[in-house]
Formats: sequence, C-alpha cells, structure tokens
Amino acid sequence: MALSEQDVLAGLAELVNDETGIAADAVQMDKSFTDDLDIDSISMMTIVVNAEDKFGVKIPDEEVKNLITVADAVNYITSNQG
Amino acid sequence: MKTLNQTPQTPYTRIYALGASRGEISVSNDDVAGPIDSSDEWIRQRTGIVTRKRAGKDRSLMDMSREAANEAISKAGIFPSEIDAVIVATITFPYATPSAATLLAEEVGAKGAAAFDISAACAGYCYGIAQADSLIRSGAAKYVLVVGAEKLSDFISPTDRSISFLLGDGAGAAVVGPSDHPGISATVWGSDGGNWDKVGMTGSITDYRDGKTEWPTLIQEGQSVFRWAVWEMVKVAKEALEASGLEPEDLAALVTHQANVRIIDEFAKQLALPESVVVAKDIVDTGNTSAASIPLAMHRLLAEGQVKSGGYALEIGFGAGLAYAAQVVELP
Repeated sequence: MALSEQDVLAGLAELVNDETGIAADAVQMDKSFTDDLDIDSISMMTIVVNAEDKFGVKIPDEEVKNLITVADAVNYITSNQG
Repeated sequence: MKTLNQTPQTPYTRIYALGASRGEISVSNDDVAGPIDSSDEWIRQRTGIVTRKRAGKDRSLMDMSREAANEAISKAGIFPSEIDAVIVATITFPYATPSAATLLAEEVGAKGAAAFDISAACAGYCYGIAQADSLIRSGAAKYVLVVGAEKLSDFISPTDRSISFLLGDGAGAAVVGPSDHPGISATVWGSDGGNWDKVGMTGSITDYRDGKTEWPTLIQEGQSVFRWAVWEMVKVAKEALEASGLEPEDLAALVTHQANVRIIDEFAKQLALPESVVVAKDIVDTGNTSAASIPLAMHRLLAEGQVKSGGYALEIGFGAGLAYAAQVVELP
C-alpha cells in the first residue's frame, strides 16, 4: 500500500536525523535541504540512497538536484512509489 | 607439428615490499580556501582533509616515482636488474609518449625490462597489481615493479570547487614476485564508460592548442561520484572479498582509494567491517593522490605499525573512466 505524504515526511525526517543529527521535527515541508537544514551534497546523497531503500523508489542522480525542499522530496517519493 | 611451450611458472604471487614518496610542500586548507570562497572548517567537514602534500616545480612525477621505486626494490631484497617488467599507473605524466615506465626502468636500473603505463586513474594501481600478478603467474616476468604516480597539481584549477582542492602529489611503488603461498587474490575489476564524463578533464589537449579551452584541469560531478564510489564499489569490494575466500574478520586492513574521508567512512560503514580492521586514512594529510593513494596509504599503515606484515588487506581503486579494481593482498 502506498504511503501517505505524512508517512513519507516522517520516514524522511528519520533518515535526515540518522545522517545529520538534525531533530526530526525540524524537517518540515517548506524547509530547504541546503539553506535551512544545512545539509551538504554528500549527506544529501546518503539520505537519497537510504530513501530509495526505505521507500522502494529510484531517485536518479539528475533528479537529486531538483530536490530543493523537503516537499520536493516528499512529493517525488509519494508519486514514484512502487 | 610441434606444440608451443606454455607453462605457468608459478602458481602464486605476493607483494614483496612497498615504497613511498610524497610531495614536499604541505598545503593547508587555508591555502586553498580563498579562491573557492571556502574555509578550513568547510573543507574538513566535507572531505576530512587537513593538508595535502604537493610537489614544487622542480620535483617531477619521475622524481617521486624513482624515490618510491628505489625504496621498494631495496626493501624487496632483489637487484633492480632482476625486474622483468615495470608498470606505471598515472594520468599526469606530461608526455603522451614515450611512457613514464620506460624511463623509470632505465633510472632504477631495470635496464631492458618490459615497460608500459596504465591509464586507469584512481584504479590504476590495482590494475597494475592485477597485471603484475598475471604476468608472473604466466611466466612472462619473475619480478614486476608497479608504481602509482601522480603530479595532480599540474592539472588543477584554484577556483574549481569540485575536486582540485582535494588533490595532492606522490608516488607509491610495489615489487611483486613469485611466492610459495597465495599473496594476491583474484582481481575483481571493470569499467563503466556510460559515465565517462563524471570525472575527467575540463577539455582536451587539442582543444587547448586550438584556443577552445583553458589549460585542461580535473573536474568531477561529486555527488554522482559519491553514490557510485560508495554503494556500487561496496558491491565490488564484497565480490573481491568473496573471491579471496576470506571473511571480513580475516582482514587486517581496508585500503580504499583515498578519495575523500566521507567516502571512506561511508564505505567502511556499508561493508560492516569488525572494529579490528584498520581503515586507511592517509588522505587526511596527504590529500587525494589518485593512482598513488593506495600504495601510499598501505605503506603508511605498515610504517606506523598499524598493521603487520603477513596480514591481509582489501584494496580497491575507483575513479575516472569510470574504472575500478579490487583484490585482497598479503601485506609485505
């Protein structure tokens, strides 16, 4: 069964917390990964690979640069879930 | 009709000794941070590098290669004249031809040895070990000198934020020869030319001649390379370990190409190695030296007593090409 937007956000927040230590509740839809959460490109890629595993989606390299905000990632994952 | 002589000369090979030479100038993060609008903290956090060793104008790739090779030959306890083949892995020898290897053979006293260069970038040294192992077992050579050597500082741009600030200069050498027991496991290697443009140069030499580009320097798509270098290369490392017949706990060390501490840390995490396995991090004060990085890192582990001769190390090189190679070796 496909996960809801809320479930994906919660799961993603957990992955962000695992990689960076940022509190999960700071990971809000309108936050930018780089500007607001200060996540660097290497951590971002680690989160992406872990998200692929967790949500069963493929996130190609060329798509990663379009994931500016948490909402971008949540929407991408929600609409591409297997 | 007569049959050809084709008899393998020895079933096993091993690395007899290593040699190392690094650039003589310590370049700090503060030295490189200005032109890329960065800071010591930013560079440490993203790469783990504190300083990188670079060679001055008067010290060539050949100088560093000769120093590393002489040390390896002397420690191996063989005469240079016994070396049948010299292989230099490099992407920064400033002549398209002749090779660095022919000159190095001459300079270290391996007169007349077969000699050639390998262009496999950061995988070059492990490609060289694979070739040395094969040449010796086939009977084409008894002793082979393998050198990974780079003067990357000739091909960097101070304003490049993708790779230049990681890079250092150095040479690492290994003498490989016959053994009475297995000392080099089967190599797992390959390439991915579909990602030819992920790590490379800003332009070609002919474009530079024609005024179409600035002096070509190294460049990479860091994020894509990071994904490949960790998650794809971990699969290769696991295959190499499986091919060797060892389990992770049998290893004394993991010596990856010294690309970036973040890659090394994530790599070790994904491999789930026991704590007893030493993870080489020569990059912290040497920088990324491409083909030289693995022998330099292994040489240091031995020199500092972090590992002992006779232990096993999983070594894996990966980089531009994309190209990769991994094998388990007995530490000399």
